[in-house]
Amino acid sequence: MEQQLEQLKQEALQKIEDAPSVKELNDVRVAYLGKKGPITDLLKGMGKLPAEERPKMGALVNVVRETVTTSLEEKMELLEQQAVNEKLEKETIDITLPGRPVKLGNHHPLTRVVEDIEDFFISMGYEVAEGPEVEQDYYNFEALNLPKGHPARDMQDSFYITEDVLLRTHTSPVQARTMAAKKGEPIKIICPGKVYRRDSDDATHSHQFTQIEGLVVGEDIRMSDLKGTLALFAKKMFGEEREIRLRPSFFPFTEPSVEMDISCFKCGGSGCNVCKKTGWIEILGSGMVHPNVLEMAGYDPTVFTGFAFGMGPERIAMLKYGVEDIRHFFTNDMRFISQFNRTEV
Amino acid sequence: MYVSTKWLENYVDTKGIAPADLAEKITRAGIEVDTIIDRSEGLTNIVVGHVESCEKHPEADKLNICQVNVGEETVQIICGAPNVAAGQNIIAALPGAKLPGGMKIKKAKLRGEVSNGMICSLQELGVEGKTVAKAYAEGIYVLPADAKPGTDALSLLGLDDVILEFDLTPNRADALSMLGVAYEVGAILSQDVKLPKIEYTASNEKAEDFLKLKVEAKEDNPMYIAKVVKNVKVAESPLWLQNYLMAAGVRPHNNVVDITNFVLLEYGQPLHAFDYDRLATKEIVVRHAVEGEKITTLDDVERTLRAGQLVITNGKEPVALAGVMGGANSEVYDGTTTVVIESAYFAPASVRKTSKDVGLRSDASTRLEKGVDPNRVAEAAERAAQLLSELAGGEVLAGSVQFDELNKESVRIILSPDYVNRRLGMKIPMDEMVSILERLQIPVEAANGQLIVDAPTRRQDLRIKEDLIEEIARLYGYDEIPMTLPIGESVPGGLSSFQEKRRLVRRYLESAGLYQAITYSLTSRAESQSFALETAPVTELLMPMSEDRSVLRQSLLPHLLEATTYNVARRIDTVSLYETGSVFLGTQEDGLPKEVGHVAAVITGKWVNHAWQQENKKVDFFVMKGIIEGLMDTLGLTEKVTYTKATHDGLHPGRTADILLNGEVVGVLGQLHPSEQKKRDLKETYVTEINLALLLAESAEALVYEQVPRYPSMSRDIALVVSKDEAAGSLMEIIQEAGGKLLKDVTVFDLYEGDKVDEGMKSLAFSLTYFDADRTLTDEEVVTRHDKVLAALKEKSGAVLRG
Repeated sequence: MEQQLEQLKQEALQKIEDAPSVKELNDVRVAYLGKKGPITDLLKGMGKLPAEERPKMGALVNVVRETVTTSLEEKMELLEQQAVNEKLEKETIDITLPGRPVKLGNHHPLTRVVEDIEDFFISMGYEVAEGPEVEQDYYNFEALNLPKGHPARDMQDSFYITEDVLLRTHTSPVQARTMAAKKGEPIKIICPGKVYRRDSDDATHSHQFTQIEGLVVGEDIRMSDLKGTLALFAKKMFGEEREIRLRPSFFPFTEPSVEMDISCFKCGGSGCNVCKKTGWIEILGSGMVHPNVLEMAGYDPTVFTGFAFGMGPERIAMLKYGVEDIRHFFTNDMRFISQFNRTEV
Repeated sequence: MYVSTKWLENYVDTKGIAPADLAEKITRAGIEVDTIIDRSEGLTNIVVGHVESCEKHPEADKLNICQVNVGEETVQIICGAPNVAAGQNIIAALPGAKLPGGMKIKKAKLRGEVSNGMICSLQELGVEGKTVAKAYAEGIYVLPADAKPGTDALSLLGLDDVILEFDLTPNRADALSMLGVAYEVGAILSQDVKLPKIEYTASNEKAEDFLKLKVEAKEDNPMYIAKVVKNVKVAESPLWLQNYLMAAGVRPHNNVVDITNFVLLEYGQPLHAFDYDRLATKEIVVRHAVEGEKITTLDDVERTLRAGQLVITNGKEPVALAGVMGGANSEVYDGTTTVVIESAYFAPASVRKTSKDVGLRSDASTRLEKGVDPNRVAEAAERAAQLLSELAGGEVLAGSVQFDELNKESVRIILSPDYVNRRLGMKIPMDEMVSILERLQIPVEAANGQLIVDAPTRRQDLRIKEDLIEEIARLYGYDEIPMTLPIGESVPGGLSSFQEKRRLVRRYLESAGLYQAITYSLTSRAESQSFALETAPVTELLMPMSEDRSVLRQSLLPHLLEATTYNVARRIDTVSLYETGSVFLGTQEDGLPKEVGHVAAVITGKWVNHAWQQENKKVDFFVMKGIIEGLMDTLGLTEKVTYTKATHDGLHPGRTADILLNGEVVGVLGQLHPSEQKKRDLKETYVTEINLALLLAESAEALVYEQVPRYPSMSRDIALVVSKDEAAGSLMEIIQEAGGKLLKDVTVFDLYEGDKVDEGMKSLAFSLTYFDADRTLTDEEVVTRHDKVLAALKEKSGAVLRG
């Protein structure tokens, strides 16, 4: 019987090994371990054995049964794994095909530049001030030390609505309005907005464009404060390595007036096509608020001083992104706008 | 302003400083040098030649065979210029010579004849054609008879020069003269300025015996001085004078005119020369023109004058447009023998107005309209008299004829060094400040710790303390200013709630698939009110540049649609744009239109487009509505916003809705009317425009956390058959109302219109979710509630469950 048992075991193990699929393996299970299988038969036949042999034989049968069962289970796992693998193989896709596009839009490049500038100055404690795009001549010119008859306020250069009302030619009237409203309080503002000039549209001119100006008024605001503020701004906006330089200039509403250059962000100062071989790029105009402007707004110029600066987001965007034609900003070609969809850091 | 460094050298010593370095120093000190023009760049091997003989080329009509003495030898040069002739001294470019533009001269054969070089025009040496004297404008340049063959022609022509082109700011009119530039450069280099010495011998005859002067328009002409010079021989100017004029961009004419131009450039004081005999009346009267009066100016244009324009007359008729241009009737010509030199101060505003009215800007008017130095008016006239005597053989009559009520006082400014330093944030010592002002030749005295400054009249831009602070700072060097930040109490910066929410709106719309556009505020009258949510009288420009940009917009949509059409025309089928910006309505009390912030959007094309999986879906009303619903949710306004069916001009009558906030219309959404689509070359296009100011003025509901459900909810789906006209919205309202507190949510999940329902009917399916936050609902409760909902539907809308 022992011999028979051993033979049965070998036979079963062989069949398990040979079973090609889960189904056939299940047949083997039924055949050998099922209620009508030979092992069950053997167990049933135990009764015929002498009582003292029964435990020994019982143990032997159990060993065989466990061996077969273990083998079966192992094979079953293997087959199942194979089945899964086959299924996965069939499910394989071409991962190089493009993904489902996520529908996303993005900022206009000018908004991108304006918000960057706003955010820097907000972090420095500035408020964002806005004002009307259609302005009174008083705020646009007179309050800014450009009295009537001043050559800079030619009818030919501005879009007038009436003799006293025009489309603002700069965002400076927001400064004048803010000063008039704050009535002698210290001021720290940044003023972005659309402005208009009577220019024919071409690659470098636009009758509508954007400006962002800043104004700080307080007791004993110094020109060194202007320089320090602008230097920080240049680094934040154009890179840590940026140097600035101030050059004397002229604006009716500031005295002294300066223009600020930054070291070229493309070549670092060695000279290239962006900086026209000078190593420097003109970025903004600024200066100390003219005493007449302070006085007209009700600030005592012997006590209060201030600085102001202004720049053109179009110019900055053109320099930064290499845009060659200002009209791109207002054509709203999807192929243009959609390029400004990613971070620059 | 073109500044010849060679000419400048007469007044200030710049030796040893490379022109590029000088330009950099000038720029950093305050006057921007735009370009540096090296006039000899590329020019080599160019000498004086003497044409010994000139014969026609046997094989070519237009060519001449010239034997030219070029110093050590005589060579044959073929020349095609019409004005070449034997006996002339000319400019010869010899083999090996280089000309501007890279042209190289080589020995060559022209129609069988050897040519050992080229006889040059000034243009061929890089001189601008418009500055070449008319006599030589069309041919070769003829050098003076005393030029020595074989010597360097470039130095003779003053082309061994570097020109600095100044880009002057309006305040620095003082630098519109060589002397003004000399003061500036002298200050920068700490050099003295050498002024011209004016010496000549005057005649015994007196100018006042020859000429009478009457100034009737005293305010517009507070100073007028006339000198009379007799026995003038009008001729070509000496070469050095012509060279200076050409370097400055001025065309030489004859010695008299050239002298007036030279002095204008040297002193910044415009002069005019009249032919005394052609004046005819021995009288000059300065007055305002009579309306309709006529004058033919030097450019041979007859101009009709307007009342108030300042004119110089001979007592009868105008002979010059004061400060702008002379008249042809009194022009100096070859036969002129007696010259009247005018030097005057005309009021800047008067000159500016006349110059603008007649559309003439001259070297004279640009200087006069900025205000010339009152103290140089007389000096400039004397300088011209001197040069006429030296260079034109003139006899200057004693004295001058003049009218003078001009204020020539300088402005006194007193300031303390502490004031300067406090404004600059610096510590410049007082003696350093004094030294800077002295370098600028600005009279200054230091007394009792104060600087007492008398701003010279040549510097009209120096009026107040701040002007002097700038002078001190720019010459001390802006690089020396330290970098600090404002001290004092600091306030938190930030955006206003409107600005913050506007950023939120932009970010939301972009995350919803829309690109931000920026369009023009100015539009045509026809488009100004199209699609406007609210119309009011339009704001119109007084002098538009074109009809297309003549009126301010009252809706953002026309230009957004224009941008959409632009894109579609370039085969970009799917366009999704939005804009935030102002519209302009009516006129308020302050004379300004009411500016209202709006947001608008346009979508067209495919909203879902995943080509290789064959998934694409056109835009429709509900894409746009979904975007708006998402926006309202983002703004926390969902509960306050409703949509009602509406009609609007330009929009599809069956596919348009008003957007209401708390029951008030704040916007519109809909499909563009098919005829409007056709007009704009667009396919199905959906638009929206919302009054952003009203929308953002509404506060969001407080955001309070709602407990995450701990008990299960139960769903019941119903399919209703209702009339086609029945709005899903009203059915949902009925369901909401009847469902009460237990009804957590209701959504539409199917819409069917077709054969399986009766004509005129549709089937709408809703999914209802019942839920109680505090317990699990029983089936019975839900059934009871659900039955109530069904009953209400049947009662209020006749809806029956679909069988």
